[in-house]
Amino acid sequence: MSDTRDGTRDDSDARSHDEDDFVPDPRLTQQTDEGAQELQPTRDLVVTGGPWPEVEGEGDTMIINMGPQHPSTHGVLRVMLELDAETIVRAKPVVGYLHTGMEKTGEELTYVQGATNVTRMDYASPLSNELVFSMAVEQLLDVEVPPRATWIRMYLNELNRIASHLLWQATNGLDMGALSMIIYGWREREETLRLLEKITGLRMNNNYIRPGGVAAELPDGWQDDTLELCNLVEKGTAEYDELLTGNPIWQERLTGVGVITTEQALALSASGPILRSTGFPWDLRKSQPYLAYDEVDFDVVYTQNGDCYDRYRLRLQEILESVKIVRQCVEKTPPGDYRVQDRKVSPPPRARIDESMEALIHHFKLFTEGFKVPPGETYAAVESPRGEVGCYLVADGTGKPCRLHIRGPSFYNLQSMPPMMKDRLIADAVAVISTIDPIMGEVDR
Amino acid sequence: MGLEQVPYSFLTGRLEDLVKWARRNSVWPATFGLACCALELMAAGAAHYDLARYGMEVFRASPRQADRMIVAGRVSQKMGPVLRQVYDQMVEPKWVISMGVCASTGGMFNNYALVQGVDQIVPVDVYVPGCPPGPETLMQGILMLHDQIRSGEIMKRRAGTAHGGAGIQVEQRDGTRADSLATR
Amino acid sequence: MPDDDAREDAHKNADTRVEEEDKENAPPPDDEVAAAVVERFPGTVFHRSHGQPVVYVDRAIWADLGGFLRDEQQFTQCIDVTAVDHLVDAARLSVPGVTPERFELVASFLSHPRNRRIRAICEVPAADPSVPSLTDAYPGANFGEREVYDLFGITFTGHPDLVRILMPDDWVGYPLRKDDAPARVPVTFKEDPRPR
Repeated sequence: MSDTRDGTRDDSDARSHDEDDFVPDPRLTQQTDEGAQELQPTRDLVVTGGPWPEVEGEGDTMIINMGPQHPSTHGVLRVMLELDAETIVRAKPVVGYLHTGMEKTGEELTYVQGATNVTRMDYASPLSNELVFSMAVEQLLDVEVPPRATWIRMYLNELNRIASHLLWQATNGLDMGALSMIIYGWREREETLRLLEKITGLRMNNNYIRPGGVAAELPDGWQDDTLELCNLVEKGTAEYDELLTGNPIWQERLTGVGVITTEQALALSASGPILRSTGFPWDLRKSQPYLAYDEVDFDVVYTQNGDCYDRYRLRLQEILESVKIVRQCVEKTPPGDYRVQDRKVSPPPRARIDESMEALIHHFKLFTEGFKVPPGETYAAVESPRGEVGCYLVADGTGKPCRLHIRGPSFYNLQSMPPMMKDRLIADAVAVISTIDPIMGEVDR
Repeated sequence: MGLEQVPYSFLTGRLEDLVKWARRNSVWPATFGLACCALELMAAGAAHYDLARYGMEVFRASPRQADRMIVAGRVSQKMGPVLRQVYDQMVEPKWVISMGVCASTGGMFNNYALVQGVDQIVPVDVYVPGCPPGPETLMQGILMLHDQIRSGEIMKRRAGTAHGGAGIQVEQRDGTRADSLATR
Repeated sequence: MPDDDAREDAHKNADTRVEEEDKENAPPPDDEVAAAVVERFPGTVFHRSHGQPVVYVDRAIWADLGGFLRDEQQFTQCIDVTAVDHLVDAARLSVPGVTPERFELVASFLSHPRNRRIRAICEVPAADPSVPSLTDAYPGANFGEREVYDLFGITFTGHPDLVRILMPDDWVGYPLRKDDAPARVPVTFKEDPRPR
C-alpha cells in the first residue's frame, strides 16, 4: 500500500505532469485499442485548475500534482503542492472535477422534486441536505411541521451522522495505513445503512425528508432495531478506541500534524469538526437550535489542539453523542402526523385517493406541477457531519425555485487546507486531506 | 507416440480457453471512485459483501497495474480528459464498467456540466443501473463482465463503433463542444 | 418558452413599481446590527425576510461593509457568498427603496460571540458586473467569490486569485446565468443496432 501512503509514488501523477505546466505527454493519448481509435481527442488534453502565480525560490522547489485520480483524495480532489525537498511550501486545492450543475438542475425541478436533487450533493450525509432544503422551503411557505415529523427528522439526521462518521473512521484508517479500520468501520456502517434502508427504502440518497414533513411513517419495530444498532455502534466505537486512540503509531502519525488555530479557522470560514477541534465549541445544534435539539440532552464535543489527532478523537466522540440523541429520540418521539396535513403541500394518504376525487386532484397536481411558493428569499442552516450546510433559496412565485444554492461545508473547509499543510512533510498531506473530510460531491455540486 | 505412454494424468484443452480462464479470474480493478457510487463500491469491497469471494477485490491505486476500470459516479466535463488519460494508462486487455445512471447516461443531471454517458469517452462493456447501484447490483455487473470475458474472443474484444453513447452533446455558449474527446 | 415575453414584462413592471416608492417610507430596522449598518452607510435598506435580517447595500461599499461588520460588529465569519440571476423571474420580491438589477450578490455573515446572523445583498447591473471583493476582511470568502465569478461572471476587484473554480479553465460562458448553458438537454436515443 505504499501508493496510498505517499502521494508522490503514484506513477500516474508523476508521469502526467511536468514541473509547472500541466500538459500531459501527448504520447499517452495514442496507445489505444481498436475501438478507442475512433475516440481520439481533437485537441490537447489540458488538465485545468488555474496556474500558480509564480514559483518562488528559483530552482529550489518543485511542484507536485496530487490527484484528481488519487486513492487518498476522497474522490476527485486535486492538490498542487510546492515542495522544498520533502517539505510542503505551498499547497493549493483545485476543485471542480465533480461539478454536476446541481444548482442549475435545481432550477428545473419543482419543490417536490427538489429533495431528490439536493440529496445527491453530500452523499455521505444526504439527509442533512434534504433537511436544510426542506427547512428553507417551509420558511418560504410559512408551514409549521408537526412535532412527530420534527423528531423523525432529528432521529434520521443523527443516524446519518453516525453513518457518516463511521465512513470517515473507515477511510481515515485506510488513508493512514491502518487497513483494518476500513473493515471495522464498514461493519458498523453497513448495519446503520441497513436500518436507514428499512426506514427510507434506500441505503443512500434517501429522499425521505421532504418539504412538509417526511415521506413515510417509520416502520414497525423501529425502536428495537434502533436500540440494537445503538448497542452495536457503541461496542464498535469502543473497539476503534482500543485499536487506535492509544496506539503509538497512530499517535505519531497524527499528533501535531495539520495544526490550525481558531483564528485561522474562523477567518477561513471553516465550520464543523475543524472549528471545534481548535477549542471553539460551536455547534449549530446547540447555539442556534433547530428541530427539537433544545429538547434533547447532548454535549458539544470539542478539543484543544486543532491537529489531525484531535479531529479523529472528536469525530469518534461525536458518534457517541449522536447515539445518545438517537436513544432519546426512541424514547421521546411523540405520536401524531408525520407530515403536514395541508393538501397543498403534502400528498393525501394513498387510501383517500380511491374514494375522494379531490384527493386525486391534489395528488395529481402536486406531483405534476408541484406547489407554488410566493416570491421571497431565505437562508436555512443546519449542522451536518462536516459543518454548517446552508440553503439559500429564492422563489419567484412559480412551482420551481428561481435560485437554489447550497452552502457546502466541505467547500469552505477546503480553504483551511493550505495553512494546515504549510511546512509539513508531504506524507502529512494525506492526513490533512483525510481529516478535513471533504465530500467532493458537496464541494463541486 | 500415443498419449497412453505418458506416465502422468493431464487434461487437454484449447489455449484460448486457458487464456480466457486466466483473464476471467484475475480482473484487477483500478480505484476510480468519483461520487456516490464510490461509497457503494467500497461497500462491495468491505466485509459484508466481500468482493474477494470472486477474486476481484485487488483494488490497484495505479491504473498501470489494473485492467478493469469501474467508473463509479458522474463524470463532469472537467473530469472527462482525466478519465480518458487514466484509461489510456491501463494495460491491455482492459474492460470498463459504467456504474450508476450518471456514468451511463448522465442520469437526472442532464445539464451543461456532465458528460452525458461515459461511453462517449471510453468504450464501456457493462452498464450497471441504479442511483446508486447497491453492492449486489455491482457484483452482478462484474459477474456479467466475467461471463463476457469467458465467452468472448481473446484477440478482438470489441467492434469499433463510431462513437459511444446516445450521442447527446453539450455545447458551450459559443457553439463549440465542451468535451472534445467525444468527437471522432 | 411561450411566456418568456410575459415574464420580461413582469420584470420591467416590477422595476417601475419599485422606483415610484418613496425611500422615506422604509420602516426603521428592528435589528441592532442592521440599525448600525444603516446608520454607518446611509442609503442602506433594511428588510426582514422570513424573520431574518437583510440589508440591501450599494455595491460601492460592499467591501467596506465587510470591514465594518468584522471590526465593529464582531461578525467573525463570512459564511457564504452567492449570487442570483433575476433575468426571467415570473415575480420578484420588491423591497421598497431598492432598485432591482439583473444580478443580486448575496453574502451571509455569522457572529459567533453575539450568536446572530445578517445577510447583505447588493444589486449588480448586467452592464457592469463588478463588485469590490470581501477577501480583505474575510479571507474565507475566497472560494465563494471564485464560484460566483465562475458561474455568474461577476468580477471581484481586489480578489487575490480570481480564476475559474468549478468549470474547466477554457470554458466559455457563465453556466448559472439564465440565458447561458442548458439546464436540461433533451434526451435522445441511439438506434437499436439489432435488426427488428
